[in-house]
Amino acid sequence: MSTSLAEPVFRVRGLTKAYPLGEVTVHALRGVDLDVREGDFTVMLGPSGSGKSTLLNLLGGLDLPSDGTIRYRDHDLTAASQAELTLYRRRWVGFVFQFYNLIPSLTAAENVALVTDICPAGMTPIEALTMVGLSDRADSFPSQLSGGQQQRVAIARAIAKRPDVLLCDEPTGALDVHTGIGVLEAIESVNRSLGTTTIVITHNAAIGAIADRVITLRDGRIAEDLANATRQSPRELSW
Amino acid sequence: MRKNSARSSQRSVDAAATSPTTGRRLPTLDRKLVRELCDSAAASLAIATVIAAGVAVFVMALSTLGFLNETRDAYYDRYRMADVFASLSRAPEHIAEDIAQIPGVAGVETRVVSEVTIRVPGLDEPASGRMVSLRGGATDSVQADRRRGLNAIHLVTGRLPRWDAADEVITSEAFFEANRLTLGDTIDGLLNGRLQRMRIVGVAMSPEYVFQIRSGDFLPDDRRFGIFWTSRQHLEAAFDMQGAFNDVSLRLLRGVATRPVIERLDQILEPFGGIGSYGRSDQLSARFLDDEIKQLRATGLIVPLIFLAVSAFLLNIVLARRIELQREAIATLKAFGYSGGEIAWHYLKFALVISIVGAVLGAAVGTWLAVGLCELYSQFFRFPTFEFRPSPKVIGWGAVVSVTSGSVGAVFAVSRVLRLHPAEAMRPAAPAHYRHGWLDALARGLGLTPTLTMTLRRLTRRPITTALSTFGIAFATAVLLVSNFAVDAIEFMIEFQFVTAQRQDLRVGFQHAVAASAADELQNIDGVVAVETFRAIPVRLRHSHLDHRTTILGLDNQRRLYRLLDRDGRPIRVPPNGLVLSDKLAELLEVSPGQDVTVEVLEERRQRATVPVVAIASEFSGTNAYMDRPALHRLLQEDRRVSGGFLQVDSARKQAVYDTLQETPRTAAVTIQTASLEAIRKTIRENQAMMQAFNVGFACVIALGVVYNMARITMAERERELATLRVIGFTRSEVSLMFLGELMWVTLLAIPVGWSIGWGLCYATVQAFESELYRIPLVISRRNLILAAGVTLAASLASGLVVRRSLDRLDLVEVLKNQG
Repeated sequence: MSTSLAEPVFRVRGLTKAYPLGEVTVHALRGVDLDVREGDFTVMLGPSGSGKSTLLNLLGGLDLPSDGTIRYRDHDLTAASQAELTLYRRRWVGFVFQFYNLIPSLTAAENVALVTDICPAGMTPIEALTMVGLSDRADSFPSQLSGGQQQRVAIARAIAKRPDVLLCDEPTGALDVHTGIGVLEAIESVNRSLGTTTIVITHNAAIGAIADRVITLRDGRIAEDLANATRQSPRELSW
Repeated sequence: MRKNSARSSQRSVDAAATSPTTGRRLPTLDRKLVRELCDSAAASLAIATVIAAGVAVFVMALSTLGFLNETRDAYYDRYRMADVFASLSRAPEHIAEDIAQIPGVAGVETRVVSEVTIRVPGLDEPASGRMVSLRGGATDSVQADRRRGLNAIHLVTGRLPRWDAADEVITSEAFFEANRLTLGDTIDGLLNGRLQRMRIVGVAMSPEYVFQIRSGDFLPDDRRFGIFWTSRQHLEAAFDMQGAFNDVSLRLLRGVATRPVIERLDQILEPFGGIGSYGRSDQLSARFLDDEIKQLRATGLIVPLIFLAVSAFLLNIVLARRIELQREAIATLKAFGYSGGEIAWHYLKFALVISIVGAVLGAAVGTWLAVGLCELYSQFFRFPTFEFRPSPKVIGWGAVVSVTSGSVGAVFAVSRVLRLHPAEAMRPAAPAHYRHGWLDALARGLGLTPTLTMTLRRLTRRPITTALSTFGIAFATAVLLVSNFAVDAIEFMIEFQFVTAQRQDLRVGFQHAVAASAADELQNIDGVVAVETFRAIPVRLRHSHLDHRTTILGLDNQRRLYRLLDRDGRPIRVPPNGLVLSDKLAELLEVSPGQDVTVEVLEERRQRATVPVVAIASEFSGTNAYMDRPALHRLLQEDRRVSGGFLQVDSARKQAVYDTLQETPRTAAVTIQTASLEAIRKTIRENQAMMQAFNVGFACVIALGVVYNMARITMAERERELATLRVIGFTRSEVSLMFLGELMWVTLLAIPVGWSIGWGLCYATVQAFESELYRIPLVISRRNLILAAGVTLAASLASGLVVRRSLDRLDLVEVLKNQG
C-alpha cells in the first residue's frame, strides 16, 4: 500500500451498521461521515451503545458495514475480501482492547511475539515492552501482572509491528485513575514518537483533553467534532 | 490453580524452545498449543487412550492376521499341504495312477488312515486317536521318502518310526504335551479290534493338523484326541490293507480349479466306497484356521471403528468447547491479522497431537497384545515356527486411520474458527437462550425442585450436545456388553448342547455298522444305565444348485438322551418320513420345511432319494441332518444296523464302563460328554478371562474418557453459575450434587441407549463369527446388562468426583470477577 500525505488516512461516508444480538436487532451506526488525518490523536467519546466500538471495529477491518464506505488511504475497506481485510490488519493496524485480550497461556514477551511472528518488519518483543516500560516483566504470565501492566503489554503487542494506525477500545475502562494515566502516557508516547495515527474510544470525557481532536457519538451518529488547540499531557488529567 | 499450572507448564515448554527474543524458536502459537496441552494433560490423555485402544486392537488383530496368513501359507507350501482330500473304504494301490491322470493333478498321496480308541497312561477314560500312515513302502526307509510326499510332517523331537517296527509311532505335539508324555512311553490302542502297544519314538506336527480337533467337537480336547503316524506297512497289516489305501490326498497345479478335480475323483473312488472328496477349504483344521482369520479381520475392523468413532466425537466436543472458551482469543488473533486458516490449523494441531500420541501408544500396546495373542494361538495352532514379528505396514495404517479419524472429529469443531467473526466475538455473548416449554409443565407436574429443573433445562436447551454426550457414554456401555457377551453365549451353548439337548454321558462309535443285536452288548456293559443306538451314514444333500456333504444320523423316536430342539428349546419328534436339518444346514442349502432335498448316500450302494425336509433343529455347531431310524434303513435298503450309541452311565461305575469299552473290539471312538464339557470350560476359563479383562479395561477407557471430558466441559461452562450459587449460600455438597446430577442424568439416559447399541454390536459379532463349524447364539443375560450399566455408572461417578474436587478449590471472587 502506498501512503499519501494529501489524503486522509480514513475517509468514511454514510456508514451504517445493524446487527442482531440475541432476539433484538441493534442499530449501532446510522450514517457516519468522518475523515481522519495522518498522525492525529483522536478521542471518540460517547455513552454505552453510542456506536463507538462498532465504528472502531469497522475502521480496523474487523467487521463490514451494513451500508456506506470506508476508505483506508487509497483502499476501499468495504469492498475488501476477508483475506484482504486479514492482510490489512496484519500489516497496518494495531489494536488495544478494554479487557487486554492477552492469551493467558503465553508470557508477556510471547504475547508480543504472537504479532512479531506474523509481521516481522517491526521491533523485537523486548523493544516493544521497553517502550511501555515493562521489559523487566517479559517472562511473566498475564495472571502475574496487574491490570495496568496487562494493558501495557497489550499496547506493546499492538505497536510492536509499527502499525500505521493504533485503535484503542476503552483502554482505561477497567483501570483506576493512576494506572489509567500510565496507560494513556504509553499510547500518547507511541503517537508522538512513532507518528502513529491513533484513535482512542472512551466514555470518559476527561481523556479528550490529551487529543488533537475529540469526536462525540450519540445514537450511532456524530453529535460533535471538536479540535483542541493544544494537547494536555496525560499527567495533567484527573477524573 | 491456573496460575500454578501455567507456571509449571512454562518450564517444560521453555525447555523445548528458546527465548522469544533470540534465535530460532518454536512459533508462539505452537508454544500456546504445547502449554495448553500440558495444562489439560489428563483430559487429552483420556482421549489419547481411547484412540490408543482402537489402534491397539487394529494393530493386534491385523498384524496377527497378516502373520497367521503368512505363517500358514509358508507352512502349507513347505510341507506340501494337499489341495483335495478323500476317504474311501478300500482301493487297490494302482488306482492312484488313475487319479494322477486327472487333469490338473500335480501329486497324489495314498494313505491308510483309521480312527482308533486308545488308552492313555494317567487318563481314566478312553481317548481317541487317528492313525495315519507315513509314506514309505515295504522296502523303503520312511526317513528317506517322507520328503517327497504330501502333507509332510515336521518332526519336533525324537525320530521317525522304522518301517519294519510295528510298535513305533510318532504322536502329535498337542497330544504329547497335554498328556505330559515322554519319548519311549507306550500307549495301548485298539486297532481293528486288536489291542496293540505303541511306543512313542517321536513328536511331530503336520499342516493337516495345525488345529487338532476331533470331527464334531467345537473346541479342541488335546488330552483325549491325538494323531499317530506310523509306517504304512504297519497300518496295512493292522487294518488288512495290504496293497491298498483308504485315504488319498491330491496336490493340484497352480491355478487349477478344485471342483472339476473333486467331481472326477469322486467318480474314480465311487466303486471303492469313496464318501466324497473335498477341497482344502473344507478340511477341518484348514477351515478352523480360515475361520479364525476371518474373525480376526472382523475384530480388527469393527472394534477399532467403535473406539475411533468415540475418540472423534470426544475430540469434537472438547475442541468445540475449547474454541468456545477462547472465542475472544481467536478474535484477538484475527484482529492482529492471523488468517482463519492459520488459527484453524493451530486448533487442528491440538487434535493431531492427541491422535499421534494415541497412535504411538496404540501401536506399542497393540504389538504387545499381538505377541500375547500369538502365544495364545500357539496353544491351539501348531506351526513349526511361530515367532511374531511386528508389521510396520499395519502400524503405519493404524497411524493413518487414527490421524484421519482425529482430524474428522476436529474439523467440524475447527470449522467454527473460520466462521467466527472477530467483531462479533469481541462483543459479549448473548445470554444463553431459555424459553418456557413443556419442561416447565413437567417440572411443575412432578413437583421437581428448582435445582433439578435447572439441570433438566440445561440438558434440553442443547439437545444435540446432550445427545452426543449420551451416545459417547452409551458406547462405553455397549463395549462392556459386547465384551461380556461371549461368556454368556458360550455358557448358553454349553447349557443348550450338553445339558438340554444332548444328555448322554458317552457317545460310542463302531468301526463299521453292525447288526442291531450286536449293539445289545452296549446295554449289557456293567454300569450302563441306558443306551440309544443310532445309524450314521455319510451323504451329499442337494437342493437346486446347492449341495453339502454331511452325515445323516438315524435316530429312534423314543429318545431321552440325544434330543433335537427347536428354536425355543422344545423337543422335536423326528417324523417317520423326512429329514430334520440343523438350522445352519438349512440356510446353506436354502431350504425350508416342506421342500425336498436329494439325498446321495456316499457309501456302499450309493442310493439316491428325494426326501422332504420336515423340521429345522436349532444347533450351534456342525451342519447335521437327522432321520427316523427305520426310514433311514428303508432308504439304505438294509436291515436294522447300528453305527454307535449314546450311553447313560452310572457315575459310580463309569471306570468299569471305560475299561470294558476300551477292550470292546468293535469300538472305534468314544466321546465322553462330561470330559468334553470340562475341556471346553477349562479352555474358556484360561483364555476368556484374559480377553475379558482387556475388553473391560477398554470399555472403562471409553467410559472414563467420555465422562471425564464431559465433566470438565460442564465444569468450565458452569463454573460461574456454581460459584454464584456458592456465594448466595448454597453448601459445597448442594452445589456438587447439582454438578454431578447433570452427569448422572446423562449417564442414566445413556445406559438404555448403550444396551441397544450393544445389542446391535453383539448381533454384528454373531454375524461376523458365524461359520459352518459353529455359531454363537445372540444371548444377553440380565447379569451382563446390569454389569454393563453398573460399570458405566461407576466410571461416570468416579470421573465426576475427580472433576468435582475443583469445585472445592473454586475462588469465588475470582470467578465472578472474570468475564463469563
